Amino acid sequence: MSDAPSIFVQRWSPVSIAAIVCLGALLVVLAFGPCFLGAYLTDRLTTLFIYVIMAAMWNALAGYGGLVSIGQQAFFGLGAYAAIRLSHLGLEVYLALIVAPLLVGLLSVPLSTFALRLRGGEFAIGMWVFAELAHLLVNLDGIVQGETGTSLIALSAFAPDTRRALNYWVALALMTALVAAVFFLLRSRVGASIQAIRDNEEAAASLGVRVMATKRLIFVLAAVGCAAAGALTLSTLISFEPKTYFSVQWTAYMIFMTLVGGLGTFEGPILGAVIFFVIETFFGASGVWYLVGLGASALLFSLFLPRGIWGTLRDRFGIQLMPVGYRLQFRSRAET
Amino acid sequence: MIWADQVVQGILLGGYYALIACGLSFMFGVMRIVNLAHGSIAVLAAYLVWELADRLNLSPFLALVAVVPAMAAAGWLLQRTVLDRSLRSGALTPLLSTFGLAVMLDNLLFERFGADTRSLAPNIGDLAFNSWNLGAVTIGQLALLTFGVALALLGGLQLFLNRTPLGRAIRATADDPDTAELVGIDARRAYAAAAAIAIATVTVAGAFLGMRATFDPYTGPAQLIFAFEAIVIGGAGSLWGTLIGGIVLGVAQNLGSQVSPQGFLIAGHAVFFVVLAARFGLAGRDPRSLIRALRKAPA
Repeated sequence: MSDAPSIFVQRWSPVSIAAIVCLGALLVVLAFGPCFLGAYLTDRLTTLFIYVIMAAMWNALAGYGGLVSIGQQAFFGLGAYAAIRLSHLGLEVYLALIVAPLLVGLLSVPLSTFALRLRGGEFAIGMWVFAELAHLLVNLDGIVQGETGTSLIALSAFAPDTRRALNYWVALALMTALVAAVFFLLRSRVGASIQAIRDNEEAAASLGVRVMATKRLIFVLAAVGCAAAGALTLSTLISFEPKTYFSVQWTAYMIFMTLVGGLGTFEGPILGAVIFFVIETFFGASGVWYLVGLGASALLFSLFLPRGIWGTLRDRFGIQLMPVGYRLQFRSRAET
Repeated sequence: MIWADQVVQGILLGGYYALIACGLSFMFGVMRIVNLAHGSIAVLAAYLVWELADRLNLSPFLALVAVVPAMAAAGWLLQRTVLDRSLRSGALTPLLSTFGLAVMLDNLLFERFGADTRSLAPNIGDLAFNSWNLGAVTIGQLALLTFGVALALLGGLQLFLNRTPLGRAIRATADDPDTAELVGIDARRAYAAAAAIAIATVTVAGAFLGMRATFDPYTGPAQLIFAFEAIVIGGAGSLWGTLIGGIVLGVAQNLGSQVSPQGFLIAGHAVFFVVLAARFGLAGRDPRSLIRALRKAPA
């Protein structure tokens, strides 16, 4: 049998090319959103963009990096706080919203040296303790006024409609940039490295993967992303109460979105964010039962559908919209 | 002399932290699971005791006699339904499932009991506030009792693990579940027994939480964090280390509270990070290497 099947590696498939084209078109349409969406939908979509950022970041950290953090609210809160601080120092307010996440990212570099030496559950709660400490330290700042909080006063200089549109565009731009950053990281050498580390750190290190540098890259990216989500949330809420921003609830949302959508898949968290957004729109008002449902779903999905909705669909039908992986294709000569 | 009193209060508070950390440490030691619902389970227990004590006008200690077996059974069930399954699907799954459970429990408690803060202090009469005055230092009877119960539980667990057949089975399973099964130990049963014991100790801790302070449905996460800090400071995997960790945490918090109102929590978290940094700085992962290094260091 000399007709051995030829094997080739495929990155792009017709489906993924079509998906990228559709996504590009969707982004172009969304860019004109404030022109035709009306006030309510513009606000809601801004919230959806923030959720997509949060889910994509938590997934990059846990789904690809194998780092389960219960403390991402630290960066969320610090992002909002940094925006307040920068604006207070006289920086133009929308510039402050963009610079704040970068500052938090800078802070997360020394933190990573420390945090990434923790393992599994230690990392998870260690990050939570860090979030608590960050919350308490932010409270000590005079302009925050303890738990009373403060607000991003500079935003009131804009007319409500202008502000709404600007918030929308900044959120859309940051979401696109951050999700694209995850996409290109996963397609690059880092993507293969980080998944190798997740699956077996010692084995990856023995193959020459730079474990610490790779993990740090993902950790800092997730910090920047969560800080951006915090700063954007501040732009929509305007008021800053430390208790709200440093609440573990944000991480609970991230976990819910990622688990339901599909942990460790690129498209899953985006789907999860849309599902969460829809659920919140319809059931958010029912208060506590809605939160009970979120917790129960996280529990059930982690036990019975660990790959989430998207991961399960992908495994069954072999579809992959975003070309982040490698697909090994067999082409038998007898057939061609 | 206010400092001396603060140190003594801190040591006594450390007893409570050791008590709440005991079950978390035990479960981690046996199953390698960090149970993120630990604090919420303690608060659930506090509510159950409060419900019984309030409805039937019982002493919380008597109520515990009924609640502990019920919670132990719930721990058994938790192992069989949630933990066992999540252990089999990877190292990260237990974190996700127990966190989901915590969110669910906290909000169910809120749904049932509302936002009001509760306390068991009114149900224990004079014990809540009686104390002995020793000059500069005051020792609360309840605080001392908490400390004593923590000692008894930690000592009892140690004896149980070292001396009883079930304790040996649990230790063997903790070391290597597959090999334990080869020599005739039912690993699932050992795990379930360990979970039942862990949840029983959390129940006792929850009752003491209710007696010494107030609680509400969202008190759980803070208790989890204190318990975790006590374990890490003391060195994970050692029950007596947990007691030392609790004491260090309690003393740091009480001294911090002398500096500023927020100092209580800040000092606690700070000492946690300092201990972690010291652990990393001194090459070895074993916390005992820290003590050895300190001994070697010139005074």
